[in-house]
Amino acid sequence: MINDPSALYEAARNGHRRSLGRLLSLVERAGANADKISELVHGDTGSAHIVGVTGAPGAGKSTLVGELVRLLIEQGRKPAVLAVDPSSPLSGGAILGDRIRMDGPAGTGDFARGRDTEPGIERQACFIRSLATRGHSGGLALAVPLAVRLFDAVGYDPVIIETVGVGQVEVDIVGAADTALVVVPPGMGDAVQANKAGLLEVADVFVVNKADRPGADDVRRDLNLMLDLSHMTGQESKDGYRPPIIMASALNGTGAAEVWDATEAHREHLLSSGLMAQRHRNRVRTEVRARMAQKLTTMTESILSSSTGSRVLDDAEAGITPPTEAAALLVAHMVEKAENQQ
Amino acid sequence: MSPTNESGAASEPSAPHLRVILAKLGLDGHDRGLKVVARILRDAGMEVIYLGLRQTTDSILAAAEQEDADVIGLSMHNAGHMTLAPNMINALRSAEMNIPVVVGGIVPDRDVQPLLDSGVAAVLGPGASADEVAAIVAGVVSRQAS
Repeated sequence: MINDPSALYEAARNGHRRSLGRLLSLVERAGANADKISELVHGDTGSAHIVGVTGAPGAGKSTLVGELVRLLIEQGRKPAVLAVDPSSPLSGGAILGDRIRMDGPAGTGDFARGRDTEPGIERQACFIRSLATRGHSGGLALAVPLAVRLFDAVGYDPVIIETVGVGQVEVDIVGAADTALVVVPPGMGDAVQANKAGLLEVADVFVVNKADRPGADDVRRDLNLMLDLSHMTGQESKDGYRPPIIMASALNGTGAAEVWDATEAHREHLLSSGLMAQRHRNRVRTEVRARMAQKLTTMTESILSSSTGSRVLDDAEAGITPPTEAAALLVAHMVEKAENQQ
Repeated sequence: MSPTNESGAASEPSAPHLRVILAKLGLDGHDRGLKVVARILRDAGMEVIYLGLRQTTDSILAAAEQEDADVIGLSMHNAGHMTLAPNMINALRSAEMNIPVVVGGIVPDRDVQPLLDSGVAAVLGPGASADEVAAIVAGVVSRQAS
């Protein structure tokens, strides 16, 4: 199959799903083709509602996303899902197992199968792509925002990003969405856990999942307490938005509609308060920063492997110059080189 | 050593990891073998999109185009391989998708050649070692690409 981004993009815009699949592979691989795709989609984006879904492994994110996708298709929407799973740090391989949870309720596979199971449901209305983290630093931080823009540009709305909520990159990605859903199952700890910093701070909507299990009400209580404390310490957002807590259970088939209503309500809030533009600016800024960091990392590696780099490194390793001075020398050298190139 | 392309290279663009779809096609609950294969391929540096039980040719086709799969692995312990595997091949052909299909599981010796003749790229039996499984999967992809 061809790898020309322009031709693939043209086909993907016309609904050719395999071309979109290939474009996403090019995005993942980074480099010149990915940069080209970034140029191509520029100007075609901005209409999709970008929703992040995160939570601990096993919280029920994929199952919930599967329910949401089904709901969205029934509403005539055209959702895309980017499901991120970790790569093995040892082999670089990965088992991407999110799709099986999204294959319709109870694994009946209705919509992933692309069949008209119910009248009015567009054939193959959704697009699910699994993405491995692929170890290399910052790779995910570059691939995810571009993949999201690509989905947006070819007409998918909403675009749902699912990541495991561990690690700064994953939290940043979900935090940069329009609406961040944090999925919490029962049995993950008490109110003190809920008040530790991190994941819970980025939530726009809380989902207490597996609400059929014992302890679900305790989770709701602890999250409410955490939100109350935010209010008391003045940490809640200035606009008075308080993240709702929705109880959901895939087993009982409850909560998905309420979760989506809350997600839509949050979007309305962003639009009416003018905060949507701010989210968008933050997202652009986060991506620019990640791309700069990636380029600087590449430059760092190339300076270190240059003759100057190895000379300075040798001196540092021999104890002649302290590491601080070696680093300062090399950074100065890097800046000088960059200026000469201009 | 690793059957994937040069992985772990620091420079961009990063080398592609093989993307493998693994599925049980048809009504068949025996997925322990497929889980073992998933693990073998992961440890060989591949990205396994695990579809699991009760898949159809349509669901596998949809996943293959969305995931841009390099190879499809079907696990069959339901004696349906002589019908279902050629169905899969035909479905891929009519979609003009040039993706190799590897069949694993319980396939009697006399069925192996007919399966290969129908377009299956390789058949893996119960005796295959981990290295063989990884090498054969990587091999059918490079054969297809060449």
